[in-house]
Amino acid sequence: MKYLQDIGSYFLMLKKVFGSFTKTSVLRHLIFKEINDLIVSSLGIVAFISFFVGGVVAIQTALNMDNPIIPDSLIGFATRQSVILEFAPTFISIIMAGKVGSFITSSIGSMRVTEQIDALEVMGINSLNYLVFPKIVALMFYPFVIVLSMFLGVFGGYVAGVYGGFTSSSDFISGVQQDFIPYQLFYAFFKTFVFAFILATVPSWQGFYMKGGSLEVGKASTNSFVWTSVLIIGANYIITQLLLSS
Amino acid sequence: MIKIEDVHKSFGDEEILKGITTEFDKGKTNLIIGQSGSGKTVLLKCLIGLFKPEQGRIYYEDRAIQDMDDEKQRQLREEIGMLFQGGALFDSMNIEENVMFPLRMFTKQKKADMVDRVNQVLKRVNLENVNKKFPAEISGGMQKRVSIARAIVNKPKFLFCDEPNSGLDPKTATLIDTLIQDITHENNITTIVVTHDMNSVMEIGEKVVLLKQGKLVWQGTNQEIFKTDNEDVTSFVYSSDLFKKIREVQLKEG
Repeated sequence: MKYLQDIGSYFLMLKKVFGSFTKTSVLRHLIFKEINDLIVSSLGIVAFISFFVGGVVAIQTALNMDNPIIPDSLIGFATRQSVILEFAPTFISIIMAGKVGSFITSSIGSMRVTEQIDALEVMGINSLNYLVFPKIVALMFYPFVIVLSMFLGVFGGYVAGVYGGFTSSSDFISGVQQDFIPYQLFYAFFKTFVFAFILATVPSWQGFYMKGGSLEVGKASTNSFVWTSVLIIGANYIITQLLLSS
Repeated sequence: MIKIEDVHKSFGDEEILKGITTEFDKGKTNLIIGQSGSGKTVLLKCLIGLFKPEQGRIYYEDRAIQDMDDEKQRQLREEIGMLFQGGALFDSMNIEENVMFPLRMFTKQKKADMVDRVNQVLKRVNLENVNKKFPAEISGGMQKRVSIARAIVNKPKFLFCDEPNSGLDPKTATLIDTLIQDITHENNITTIVVTHDMNSVMEIGEKVVLLKQGKLVWQGTNQEIFKTDNEDVTSFVYSSDLFKKIREVQLKEG
């Protein structure tokens, strides 16, 4: 029963987010601030993880190729497929659920605990629009983070594969170019947008409707990570089934 | 003036407010007092629209809040200033931005005019040279004063204060009380203060409303509160040793 109530409350929240709008000049300022907090500040960790995981994928593929008739270009091909189809959109989103999701929940939760949200409401401001809408807009730039992750993942694979002596530069590049299907990019970015929306709204819901004090802010942040990850994994399965299984 | 008629509010099966009826006068500091759990904060939140009463009516001058649509309620809230118990300053903004916030949201003033008004109200609450500091960098008493400045910057008609001097030393608490009363008189606004502090009652209680277990049990002025024989009043007022001793001295002197 509680889950049903929570789902209902989440959708009612979404309705209110797009209700009475905050003054445009204020909203513009908030959106730029959120882009900085949620997108720009995540670039470093995303770049670091993507580069090294791309490298590990290339090395693992190379080390598991025992059959001499399998061409070395498979290393580039496997790296590209792993990074573009799953690692960059899905697993970076799980990492972002930890980094950005916890930040969103704790910042909104702290505002709830310290009556800052009540202060907004008393002033006649639609607090959900003021707090959540700029985060949704900011996270619509999330695909740029994923582009960076894709590029650095494949580049990491190249560096690890070529400079680790597992493949030649030309074989790797030929593998990356082999059997490229543009529709797979559409699939990757479609799900990136869905994950971005989940990343913006689920942690906001957790923070906005939390009750209690600072201890509960911590619990809400943990719940936020768990539920955002669960929803991303669930959405990933459904989107993959719908877009790739035909 | 704010008038409330037969306001009831429950949470689940528990009835918190049991039919409150009273008036809060314009140009006066009106105090709602009572023990913890008496329903005074719930009443305040009903007044400012954060809680919706199940029954009863609340009038701002001649406008019933129950008859207003969302847009009219939003417009009414522009006329309200609120001082929260913890200050409720926005952590991510400096003092100037905090105080300027209602002006940025609801007016079309130029930045320079807004800064002038901010400096004016900060000066009024005896704070200067703090514009660029953040809330975490100033004391609790200063945060309360910034919060008062933010509440009055847009020239509200109604000022609400929830436990304005909780957590403050007696001297700072008196300063805050006096400031609230002075601002009320200067601007002829309707001020409602929720408190359980008897010092506040003595200093600024031009009208005092006592709540007990969700019911209004007494109302009068701070002068009358020490003369009444109402048992609920005496048990609340003389619950502290200081006031007990004052009472004993009063009785001895006849």
